[in-house]
Amino acid sequence: MGEPMASAVSLRAAVALTGRFPVLAGIDLAVAPGEILVLEGPNGAGKTSVLRACAGLLPITSGEAVVLGHDLRRRPSAARRHVGMLGHAAALYDELNVLENLRFAVRAAGAGVEGIDGALERLGLVGRLRRTSVGRLSAGQRRRVALAVLLARRPALWLLDEPHAALDAAARSLLGEIILEAVAGGATVLLASHEPEAALPLAHRAVTLAGGRVVDERSLGRLVTGPRPVGPSAAAAAAAAPLAVAGDVHVAGDVHVAGDVAVAGDVHVTGDVHVA
Amino acid sequence: MWRDALLVAGKDLRIELRSRVVLNQVAPFALVVLALFAFALGPNRAPMVQAAAGLFWVAVLFACVLAVQRSFALEAVDGTRDGLRLSGLDPAGIFLGKAAAIAVQLTVLEVLLALGVVLFYGAHVHSYVAVLVACAAGTAGLAAVGTLYGALAAGVRVRETLLPFLLLPVVAPVLLAGTRAWQVALGTGPGGDAADPWLRLMLVFAAVYLAVGVMIFGPLQEAA
Repeated sequence: MGEPMASAVSLRAAVALTGRFPVLAGIDLAVAPGEILVLEGPNGAGKTSVLRACAGLLPITSGEAVVLGHDLRRRPSAARRHVGMLGHAAALYDELNVLENLRFAVRAAGAGVEGIDGALERLGLVGRLRRTSVGRLSAGQRRRVALAVLLARRPALWLLDEPHAALDAAARSLLGEIILEAVAGGATVLLASHEPEAALPLAHRAVTLAGGRVVDERSLGRLVTGPRPVGPSAAAAAAAAPLAVAGDVHVAGDVHVAGDVAVAGDVHVTGDVHVA
Repeated sequence: MWRDALLVAGKDLRIELRSRVVLNQVAPFALVVLALFAFALGPNRAPMVQAAAGLFWVAVLFACVLAVQRSFALEAVDGTRDGLRLSGLDPAGIFLGKAAAIAVQLTVLEVLLALGVVLFYGAHVHSYVAVLVACAAGTAGLAAVGTLYGALAAGVRVRETLLPFLLLPVVAPVLLAGTRAWQVALGTGPGGDAADPWLRLMLVFAAVYLAVGVMIFGPLQEAA
């Protein structure tokens, strides 16, 4: 066994071009193993480019880029088998059914197929849906299939680009559980999102990008503890970690707190608050 | 590499079985090409028999372009091309798998076209060995070079028109050698072992492009 990695992702003064335009303009970013990092920023800030660069899909033209111990400038494809990406597109074959798409993706990644049934069941893709062509599924169902691929592959690095898009409330909650479980299992997660209310409660840290660089960075109070057991739900798992919030808190539903909450700003809750 | 090739070939062939694009669209197109040539050459069978070998291979080339376009169109929607790159599959395996799937589809098309040549043009086969070897070598060569150029064109927006422009000149040796070998096999060319050098040329063409594809498909896939 080698020494544990200091960073799952390390970008130093990394530059990436699309044509002649620098979509990453000397970005510095380090993500610890087991960390959930949210990438925020306006359209065109470079969130998707960071994810694509970490996947080795966007070449780094200068600077350093090391992902899971692999130098992407030398071999962009080196880490790919250990990286799972959920992008805007689901990367599924319309003509194949749900099960066939999963089998292909999992076998291609060299992972065992024994996790497929569990992943499908977890995402609610059971019964006739398993044998339904992906081309006949709704956008939300396609998203679930793409998520099932990630769950069955169990990559070491999860790159999620707007993962909550097209998902209903139940699926969003499930996504939160899956992300927390993946991290508990040792995975690292980079999550680009325009929906802070959905993404930030899961994250240890958030960085704001603009112009292909990090312009702001803040800890969200949860400690990166690496692999640890999680409860049966995302809410329980989130509540198990100490929570400190530096800004305002806006909650659209009920709040159940098992421990302490420290908030430096205002708290706005439209539902009930239960504090044990 | 071989495991990955089997996986990719199985995936592409399963998609073809479901969509039947090659069987329901490309095969009829190729047969229509043969029929149109027959109309153009007139009611006299002699010129049709004389031209049968060349027309067969021209129809195979047209069908090959469509089969290659279809193969890479699968990877052009819904981010599947990135998905394939991210999958961790060996690029050489992807190349061999896609080429194998195209070769299987071309083989089916060639059987149909050979029947068409016999039915439409009244051609008679004198040497089945030459016909089979020419088809096997030609298919392997066309599938290999088609997969390479398909990957090259896959990254550009005008791939539908660019691919035939790039591919057809490169496969001219297959057209030439295949036609010569088939002329011998159909008894419309010189007899004896006159087909042998042409068959060797087709085998070398296939071997070279298969080897080149295995070596450069990875960088090509990244650059395209």
